[in-house]
Amino acid sequence: MGEILVLVDHADGVVRKTGAELLTIARRLGEPSAVFVGQGIDTAREALRRFGAAKVYVLDAPELTDYLVAPKAEALAQLVQQTSPAAVLLTSNVDGKEIAARLAIKTGSGLITDAVDVQPGPDGPVTTQSVFAGSYTVQATVTSGTPIITVKPNATTPEPAEGAAVEESVVVSVSDGAKKARIVDRQPREASGRPELTDATVVVSGGRGTGGNFESIEALADALGGAVGASRAAVDAGWYPHAYQVGQTGKTVSPQLYVAGGISGAIQHRAGMQTSKTIVAVNKDEEAPIFELVDFGVVGDVHTVLRAAAEKIQGRRA
Amino acid sequence: MKIVVCVKHVPDATAARSFLPDNTVDRASVDGVLSELDEYAVEAALQIRDAGEGEVTALTVGPEPARAALSKSLQMGADAGVHVLDDAIHGSDAIGTSLVLANALQRIGFDLVVCGMASTDGGMSVLAPMLAERLGVAQVTYAAEVSVHGTTVRARRDGDVAVETVEATLPVVLSVTDQANEPRYPSFKGIMSAKKKPVETLSLADLGIGPSDVGLAAAWSQVESYEARPPRTAGTIVTDDGAAADKLVEFLVAGKFV
Ligand SMILES: Cc1cc2nc3c(=O)[nH]c(=O)nc-3n(C[C@H](O)[C@H](O)[C@H](O)COP(=O)(O)OP(=O)(O)OC[C@H]3O[C@@H](n4cnc5c(N)ncnc54)[C@H](O)[C@@H]3O)c2cc1C
Ligand SMILES: Nc1ncnc2c1ncn2[C@@H]1O[C@H](COP(=O)(O)O)[C@@H](O)[C@H]1O
Repeated sequence: MGEILVLVDHADGVVRKTGAELLTIARRLGEPSAVFVGQGIDTAREALRRFGAAKVYVLDAPELTDYLVAPKAEALAQLVQQTSPAAVLLTSNVDGKEIAARLAIKTGSGLITDAVDVQPGPDGPVTTQSVFAGSYTVQATVTSGTPIITVKPNATTPEPAEGAAVEESVVVSVSDGAKKARIVDRQPREASGRPELTDATVVVSGGRGTGGNFESIEALADALGGAVGASRAAVDAGWYPHAYQVGQTGKTVSPQLYVAGGISGAIQHRAGMQTSKTIVAVNKDEEAPIFELVDFGVVGDVHTVLRAAAEKIQGRRA
Repeated sequence: MKIVVCVKHVPDATAARSFLPDNTVDRASVDGVLSELDEYAVEAALQIRDAGEGEVTALTVGPEPARAALSKSLQMGADAGVHVLDDAIHGSDAIGTSLVLANALQRIGFDLVVCGMASTDGGMSVLAPMLAERLGVAQVTYAAEVSVHGTTVRARRDGDVAVETVEATLPVVLSVTDQANEPRYPSFKGIMSAKKKPVETLSLADLGIGPSDVGLAAAWSQVESYEARPPRTAGTIVTDDGAAADKLVEFLVAGKFV
């Protein structure tokens, strides 16, 4: 079976849930090798082994992370050259897609982004994508070079499987050409203490209908152990940071449960949440388009309903 | 400064979109518009021009109706347009489109290329990094705020884990988000003067690209099949009479979310 390179998404060595998901998918396709770029391999090692990495390539040169994506794409291209993998898997987020784009050009390979599923096929991996705001699903394959595929969070349930995790330190050369966009300042975001929006199994989002008060949204999110999201109207009003925006120009989420509070359900918002498994909405307008999507809808006041629901859920626990 | 803004003509996102028998996007049956997110790119280009000096050329690759994307850009205030039009381009993937755009950019000449954060139909967000890669210039993408000081481009990027400031020296391929500005509406004067602005049409031959280098047959990835997602089964909708929260909790318990 061919080697499958998985670029591991992590924060200072803490492997994101997508890392486990990609390794799980890679095991269907061949022999998974984790590619770990940056600092923190001591923290990451155990997670990579537990999710079945047969090999772990460690690339920790500082110039790989001081610039926008170009050096990482160069490093991966060198690894592809050395290992001739059967596929490369990356996370479908901003960095993952951009690294994949540059890698595809460098290696003369076809690129598929935003896969929601990847399965082995007779001529290599077959991907499933959800397009046109979730109204169609598309099956695609790569027909040239090494299949390069970016996979959306929550595309699969991570399944543990012991891997040998044989470590190999890789020295790559980074050209001056790849060092043109310098990161001159980095202000870490304050941690919310809640799950990462795109990884979360439950997302509770608030819109303009909250009137700017997210207390009931946060209360329900916390009662369900979920993440908080927001519509663009709420973000534009300054009620919640842009990093929490769900939709076409924000995050795409695909949780088990999505709750929309005071959100009308505009097409750009739907684009970011339509593939959620179960959808719940609270809106005072029974004509709101969000109700076309729901499994359970409440025509009512967002604060009254969600606060009461959160209290009842907490009460059941006590 | 020579600024080129890449604009795409796309099927209107609010209309029902679909596919042709060859599995490519049906661009004829629904009205086309300038991809909404490219309006932010045009606006950014105009603001950078107006803060210094230079000219803005709008560039599009696409069939005949794509001319409308140039018209809209010219109406907003771009100075000139370039339309790469060739039947052989039909069905190109991002790899092919990026080749055409890169060659066109080289022919036009540029200090700064501005793209949108994603096209509203394909939505891959890969063109800007592909162009930077092909042209061998700096990539500054997802700018939520951008300024140019002399030859330095500075951008703020709102990342998942951090807010970053990125700097690069021209030439640069830039992409901007919908946080970067508020796109202007074309004025009456803008609409009238757009008609007199120059638009050049180029073929693949003009760009030194062979017909078999791009298009559906040359694509490095292939759509095997597609299907309409089954409509969601109609859900339960209750009107709050004081008991809705209880019913909601029951629903969540039944779904094992509690
Ligand atoms: C280029 C572009 C990109 C975009 N990208 C995104 C994106 O990524 N994400 C996104 O979300 N939007 C995006 N939008 C904006 C989108 O078109 C909508 O404007 C936006 O989603 C509306 O947000 P909303 O539903 O919170 O507000 P509204 O549409 O104003 O809806 C508010 C809803 O709250 C209800 N309501 C009011 N009071 C209450 C109450 N007390 N209790 C219960 N319900 C109440 C109202 O009935 C209404 O349905 C984009 C738009 C453009 C042009
Ligand atoms: N056919 C095209 N013609 C001109 N510019 C394009 C074309 N396709 C994509 N672009 C540019 O590339 C950006 C990103 O597109 P995409 O990678 O398709 O999401 C768009 O916002 C445009 O600025």
